[in-house]
Amino acid sequence: MRNLTKNPRAFGSFMVIAFFLLMAFAAPLLAPFDPFLGGSNSLQPPGSGFLLGSDHLGRDVLSQVIYGSRASLLVGLLAAFSASAIGLSVGSVSGYLGGWFDNITMRVAEFFQTLPRFVLAAIIVAVFGGGLFKIIIVIALLGWMQTARVVRSQVLRLRDAAFVEAATQLGASQFRILRTHIVPNVMASVIVTASLDIAAAILLEGGLSFFGLGDANLVSWGGMLNQAQPYIRQAWWMAFFPGMAITLVVLAFNLFGDGLNEVFSPRKHD
Amino acid sequence: MLTYILRRLLLAIPLMLAVVICNFLLITFAPGDPVTLLVGDYPAPEEYVRQVRAEYGLDQPIPVRLASYLGQLAVGNLGYSFANRVPVFQLITQRVGATLLLTLTALTLSSIVGVLLGVIAARQHNKPIDLVASAGALIGYAIPEFWLGQLFILLFAVGLGWLPSQGMRSSRSVATGWADLSDVAWHLVLPAFALSLRYLALITRITRVAMIEVLSSDYIRTARAKGAHERSVLLIHALRNAAAPVVTVIGYNLGFVLAGSALVETVYSWPGIGRLLFESIGKRDYPVLTAILLMVSLTVVIANLITDLVQGWLDPRVRNA
Repeated sequence: MRNLTKNPRAFGSFMVIAFFLLMAFAAPLLAPFDPFLGGSNSLQPPGSGFLLGSDHLGRDVLSQVIYGSRASLLVGLLAAFSASAIGLSVGSVSGYLGGWFDNITMRVAEFFQTLPRFVLAAIIVAVFGGGLFKIIIVIALLGWMQTARVVRSQVLRLRDAAFVEAATQLGASQFRILRTHIVPNVMASVIVTASLDIAAAILLEGGLSFFGLGDANLVSWGGMLNQAQPYIRQAWWMAFFPGMAITLVVLAFNLFGDGLNEVFSPRKHD
Repeated sequence: MLTYILRRLLLAIPLMLAVVICNFLLITFAPGDPVTLLVGDYPAPEEYVRQVRAEYGLDQPIPVRLASYLGQLAVGNLGYSFANRVPVFQLITQRVGATLLLTLTALTLSSIVGVLLGVIAARQHNKPIDLVASAGALIGYAIPEFWLGQLFILLFAVGLGWLPSQGMRSSRSVATGWADLSDVAWHLVLPAFALSLRYLALITRITRVAMIEVLSSDYIRTARAKGAHERSVLLIHALRNAAAPVVTVIGYNLGFVLAGSALVETVYSWPGIGRLLFESIGKRDYPVLTAILLMVSLTVVIANLITDLVQGWLDPRVRNA
């Protein structure tokens, strides 16, 4: 943890993430207006009445950006968490067992990794119906591969380590070895990958909402960009601020992942 | 090399079959009547619905249905789009050119500029240019391409008025030949740049890391010591060996460029597959959606195959493994 505060990259990006998390939790306290409440003051530029301007229905852009952090972070965190759990299980079992199981799962993972996730997710959500929960599941199911591959390659290395050999000789079961000896040793890379996965999930959610496939009951940054599209010539602020928010959050999670990587494996980055 | 090519081809075939079967499963297990997914939500004539039901044997057990689905695909029958009143196959072939033009331009642009920036950054490791390029790559990788598209419209079309922001040709244009070509090129500039930035960032990052590693190896020192020209050290000795990861990133990312293209096309009303995807989601035109899914996945399988072959050609260790 001390190392974390000493790494400027990890620390700086952590502050940005904390800022957005706070925004999401305290949205009702921070937002000056109800994000859904329209009025007659439509398309007002940033300034006096509305700090970041108002949209085509007279809703406050700032309040929408604040509330939008909820959808983005919720999808990002939950989807990446589920994807990491799947990736950790698949990767460790695959690496530990080896053989045909390993062969097939890695081929599948490799292939899924090259498929255009956005097109796949958009079509699945369009066919099966949207909603926050389904979006999270779809993003998680399309996002476990990188974790699985990273975990597998580390498990392959650990499998022949002396302490695993020792545990095997002492008669520990395969499951016990995986759980107590191998998994704790790969957690660092899982966390690093998870941070990058959060960023990818937030981008994916943004794209889906931009396509009008987001959860209609929530404000989302991608959805705001969708609504900004027809008014792009009249109201630049409708597009500028939500996009800026997505970029900042995604950048922060990517940097956080890079920073954690440096903290966890200092030797590689001297 | 020939056995390597054959082996790769043999791997690609089951993958393609798997893609087709996944597509079939999506149609079969989607909620509601599967015929809706083959016909679309648009009111279709009762007679046609009955015909599709019979053609795909929707009252038959699943293996039989899979067989008839494969049979229909084999003869190029992707269904009929009632929302657009044309066969899906025709709809897709009409749109595929625009998407290929956009994605291939973006991929070429990002590959050339990305490799160039990566090499420059690696040579200037830890100097100002390297830091700027690395920071730029990080930021570029975080910007959603559709938002970048909107920013470009705000800046270059609305603000400065330099470039067009919608469509692939000027409206009511009757130009032909060179005039038409330059009109299309003019419209291509903004979407192509918007689409390429993320891949440009990614390719810069990968090239930089690969080149830094290669440039610190012994044979580069040897090449320099024997007095080789710096340009030949970089291009012949270093880049050739740094090329493997770069080629992988470029080839394996074609799918993501296609996905990004869907979003960018929507921003710029570019008349390609991505725009078609957006419109078809709005119209719940399911036959078009499943056809796009199928086509995009198959394109990715083929792109991966080509990437593997280039890999094998570049690196004997890959083809003899």
